[in-house]
Amino acid sequence: MPNETVKLAQVYKSFGELEVLKGIDLTVNSGETVVMLGSSGSGKSTLLRCINFMETPTAGHIYLHGDRVGAEKSGKIYYRESELCKLRSKIGMVFQHFNLFPHMTVLQNVMEGQITVLKRGKSESIQKAQAQLERVGLLDKADEYPSRLSGGQKQRVAIARALAMDPEVMLFDEVTSALDPELVGEVLKTMRQLAEDGMTMVIVTHELGFAYHVANRVLFLDDGVILEQGVPHDILKHPKTQRMREFLEGHSLFKLPE
Amino acid sequence: MSACEQHRNIDMYEWDFIAVFSDIDLLALGLLNTLKVTSLALLFGIPLGLMLAVSRLSRFKPLSFSASFIIEFFRTTPPLVQLFWFFFALPILIDIRMTPLIASVLTFSIQSSAFFAEIFRGGIQSIDKGQWEGAKAIGMNYWQSMRRIILPQAVKRMIPAFMERSIELLKTTTLVSTVAYTDLMYQANDLAQKTFRPLEVYTVVAVMYFILIFVFSQVSLLIEHRLARSGESTVR
Repeated sequence: MPNETVKLAQVYKSFGELEVLKGIDLTVNSGETVVMLGSSGSGKSTLLRCINFMETPTAGHIYLHGDRVGAEKSGKIYYRESELCKLRSKIGMVFQHFNLFPHMTVLQNVMEGQITVLKRGKSESIQKAQAQLERVGLLDKADEYPSRLSGGQKQRVAIARALAMDPEVMLFDEVTSALDPELVGEVLKTMRQLAEDGMTMVIVTHELGFAYHVANRVLFLDDGVILEQGVPHDILKHPKTQRMREFLEGHSLFKLPE
Repeated sequence: MSACEQHRNIDMYEWDFIAVFSDIDLLALGLLNTLKVTSLALLFGIPLGLMLAVSRLSRFKPLSFSASFIIEFFRTTPPLVQLFWFFFALPILIDIRMTPLIASVLTFSIQSSAFFAEIFRGGIQSIDKGQWEGAKAIGMNYWQSMRRIILPQAVKRMIPAFMERSIELLKTTTLVSTVAYTDLMYQANDLAQKTFRPLEVYTVVAVMYFILIFVFSQVSLLIEHRLARSGESTVR
């Protein structure tokens, strides 16, 4: 049995009356790159955010390395804030809008979690931060403030910030959607490198080409359920459902001629 | 008779500052006490204001409601009434005798904390939600996020309002003279009666307040400019 990193079992999530996730079962194995596709409102971002409890599921269980998050008491699950903080420190997340800390330099951004959350020493944090900045190719920007960087550079700093925590899994929430088209490539390249390095990743994206070339597995979410999943070639070239075909057609409406 | 001469016929008030300046140490002491009340009120008022702001923003309804009530109560009642209440009414209720200084500091700490609370709240709420998310995602809890990420950015935006409020506080402390605390205003009243030179005394006092506050607001402008220059853009 492969080493499972994250497991979701019958996860439901509602916002008030609106049911966004309707019973999700998902296992992500160590070293796997899973890409989630789906139109907006399909629940893919919510699903991603449930994995590290940025959103708390309404029902269902989430496991990290086989350990269930939360404690069950008379049928209801309770989550302690300290447990969730610890969990989040082990799960890296990168956002569409970067969310870098503007009052800190690039280096300080990458050091912050190590010092405040992991209580690492200063010199170790600097070393680690520099190593991760090197990895995303931005060591020369270490002393700049985020406002001086391009969108693509900001996003790579955000990736370094998450990596510096030595995460067990990385979550990417539409990380190229806010970028100028010409800057998308550098971020995707960084992510592909991570995948090749064996990082476990769950990625929400609209970049079908990236899904095709980098993912081990592609999921298609529709209306709060996983409608299809499989290896990229099967699912992207031979979709089984009408809904998925429509989705793919929408994306390739204005493709350049071959 | 020319207009000029006619003007001179009006009985000119003869200014005489000698009496004031020979007792300037009285006013100096008053100034010192004014600064003492003001800075003590700031010292207690600012942290208290932060606590009130955080309480008001809390999702725990009873806490949020109580904080809102305290803030609104002290913002809507006249500071003189508050001062009298603390100085005259509270000792009757709980049998504590307060010195004028303690009563003044207590009143103005709480009174200004209500205003500071609203400044804090505005500042905290003005920070992009993504900053909370970024902090949360690397495992920070509420207080770590607040202390390391949110407040440093929020405080920067709050500085002009803070300065404005502190100046307001400095001026409002003239009320403490009514409970016989020897602030600048109290000393001025004293000196005016002693010298029979109220015009000169209050002119000098006005100038003292003016210089004090003018210097203070110039310094605050300087700080603002300095911050604006180092100003990393605050969003994203």
